[in-house]
Amino acid sequence: MSATVLSHPEAVERLTREWETPPGILGALGTVDHKLIGKRYLVTAFVFLVLGGLEAAAMRAQLAGPNRRLLSPELYNQIFTMHGVTMIFLYAAPVLSGFANYLWPLLIGARDMALPRLNALSYWVFLFAGLFIYASVLAGQMPDGGWFSYAPLSERVASPGLGPDFYALGLLFLGISTTAGAVNFVVTFFTLRAPGMSLNRVPILLWGSLSTAVMVIFAMPALTVACVFLYFDRRLGMHFFDAVAGGHPLLWQHLFWMFGHPWVYIVVLPAMGIVSDILPVFCRRPLVGYTYVVMATIATAILGFGVWVHHMFSTGLPSVAMSFFSAASMVIAIPSGVTVLAWVATIWFGRVVSSTAFLFMAGFVVLFVMGGVSGVMTAAVPFDWQLTDSYFVVAHLHYVLVGINVFPVIGASYFWAPKMTGRMLSERLGRWNFWVMFVGFNLGFFPMHIAGLLGMPRRIYTYPAGLGWDTVNLVTTIGAYLFAVGVLLFVINLVWSLRRGAQASPNPWDSPTLEWSVSSPPPPYNFAVIPVVRSRHPLWEDRLHPDDPARTDLSAGSPLDEGRLTLQTSALDAEPAEVLPMPGDSLWPLALALSLSGCFTGLLVGNPILTGLSATLLVVSVTGWLWPETREQLP
Amino acid sequence: MTTYPLPETARKPPVVAEAADVRPPGRWAMILVVATEAAFFAYLLFSYYYLASMAREPWPPDGPLRLHLSLPNTIVLLASSATAQWAEWSARRGNRSAVLSGLLVTLLLGIAFLVVQGLEYSEQRFGPTTDAYGSLFFTITGFHGAHVLVGLIMLAVVSTRAAMGHFQPGRHLAVSNAVLYWHFVDAVWLAVFITLYLSPRLI
Repeated sequence: MSATVLSHPEAVERLTREWETPPGILGALGTVDHKLIGKRYLVTAFVFLVLGGLEAAAMRAQLAGPNRRLLSPELYNQIFTMHGVTMIFLYAAPVLSGFANYLWPLLIGARDMALPRLNALSYWVFLFAGLFIYASVLAGQMPDGGWFSYAPLSERVASPGLGPDFYALGLLFLGISTTAGAVNFVVTFFTLRAPGMSLNRVPILLWGSLSTAVMVIFAMPALTVACVFLYFDRRLGMHFFDAVAGGHPLLWQHLFWMFGHPWVYIVVLPAMGIVSDILPVFCRRPLVGYTYVVMATIATAILGFGVWVHHMFSTGLPSVAMSFFSAASMVIAIPSGVTVLAWVATIWFGRVVSSTAFLFMAGFVVLFVMGGVSGVMTAAVPFDWQLTDSYFVVAHLHYVLVGINVFPVIGASYFWAPKMTGRMLSERLGRWNFWVMFVGFNLGFFPMHIAGLLGMPRRIYTYPAGLGWDTVNLVTTIGAYLFAVGVLLFVINLVWSLRRGAQASPNPWDSPTLEWSVSSPPPPYNFAVIPVVRSRHPLWEDRLHPDDPARTDLSAGSPLDEGRLTLQTSALDAEPAEVLPMPGDSLWPLALALSLSGCFTGLLVGNPILTGLSATLLVVSVTGWLWPETREQLP
Repeated sequence: MTTYPLPETARKPPVVAEAADVRPPGRWAMILVVATEAAFFAYLLFSYYYLASMAREPWPPDGPLRLHLSLPNTIVLLASSATAQWAEWSARRGNRSAVLSGLLVTLLLGIAFLVVQGLEYSEQRFGPTTDAYGSLFFTITGFHGAHVLVGLIMLAVVSTRAAMGHFQPGRHLAVSNAVLYWHFVDAVWLAVFITLYLSPRLI
């Protein structure tokens, strides 16, 4: 708690009144508080993680032995498609948005995101798009073309049901949320960093999410175009992917992977940023090579746009093109290598204090290297020809996605849950949690490499005995269930801590960044006084450079308590520029999200009246949202 | 502060003051929306060139599109960018009637564009379901038309607000954003026009 809070209780009262979300259902539906929105993102994404996990459990039960008939082939196809769509679109990216939403303003010394209502919108749209996609389960018509839903398999001739329509419209719908979120992150980064937080003092998590957001801005439209084409082909009888009428099925693959490969980095870079910020706390030293890690992050974001064809090596493209994309895919390993070396050096040159969060971060580094190596292997064209569409690829992508996303996310929960809930998680249960997950994961997913090398194709609903695949599959199933037990331990720990966990102090880990300078959980206005930042590690200055008189100031300055205000700074140097009035709670974002739901439902069932009415409501909502409420708000 | 001897400073050429890198969040947001929308059209045009390069039949199937409506229509849309910019400059000066007339002329030119586009649709001998070329033509121009419509709604709302006296010099973000979006819609049309109407004549 800063001195100002104690010395001006009436200012604190005004700030609380100004920023607090009012109680009751209207308050909950209209809130624009980034902390509430962030927590909603996290909880919703975890629910989807559990749903996707249950789908995986069903598949592993089916594949535990040869010739099992627990699931029909049709149901198996639907379940692996829902598993992929859920994990990649409804869990992996939104969970990182949850952390970023909650943490960004606290990390940069601001009182909210730059566009708070847009933030509320992106959550509502995420929730409704997730429900829209899962409505396919209730309709009994889940998409069944895999998470990348290749044409012509997804065309009406091959898939006459509603499944691919749920897929195409659901992803279009979700894309609105992702894009809105990305816009908000970029704007926040360039407007709301506390005075003095110039570009070289920004925590790495922000660089990760910023790179991701910029990638979303340019990559997401490729998926939008692909899904629009698919919907038009299926429902309006157009011919984009129809080779007979001049279309081409490979057009889908190009568009999908132009989006899809950047997306891999989109669900990875913020998680890497989380590691780069948490690891140093437990190594008791600053991250080694901050500048290199930041440059590697940005380089990965740029190179990520130039490697999409490595998903298409077996489609008969010219060999010049394949050589180029093979080389690019190997080049992109270099920035990742730089980052790994920075992490290892940080551990090496630090004084490690072991904790659950540290274990998850260190475990992540191991899994990242393994997933990275199998990635470089499949970047080689002849090797890829041998193993494409085999379980080797399944092993690779799970090492990358679970290793780089789930492990940092669970570790980050141990690290930041005390800030969010005010309660510590159990360290003892946490260690069990880590080791069960780590052993279960490797036991489950490492043998998949071997299954792939033994020739087992992915996406088969069962296999005959005697091919040598029985043991590896049984081990995989056991490992997968052990991994699930590990995730369950995490949920138990979380629930336990909410009731019985020790009270968290403002800075339980003695971390260097600004979010730990406020109470746990933080007050509604985050900072009673906008801090003035003088170094990359504001809370370690007394020990990192004790002789330097330039210190971060957490208590001087104006509390900006005459309204809902925060401070805007210049984009690069973070010089104070404007006192920014912030929009308050509003129901318009919810109204907009609901009218979008109406639009997409109308498109799904083919009801132009519903679509038209909803589109009209949509225009009304946007206008109402942007219409100034008072003279003072006129921009 | 170091002070330089006067004769030396007198000889130095003048420099233009640097604009502060501070933009309102709403301005940033519109720039990013335009960026992602531009990417959307880039992927649409990529799809056109991809299918064109893969075509085994002549492309376009009925020969290049006629220019008798589309070329004047292009000029109409480009002219509307000029009037929109005039409205924005007037907003900076605080000239309310000039803002309003600039926006209204832009609105009329935009509506004219959509009407001519509709005329052209009715003249085409192919439809969106004839073949992949037809699907591309109607999807690309249709999405562009939808963006023109969104731009028109923005201009209409901003015109209403201008008439209500919402804007002053230094407080006209909504006008500037609507005008930026309108420029984007025009620039995209230029790319669409070059791709669909001119490029088949060049190859």
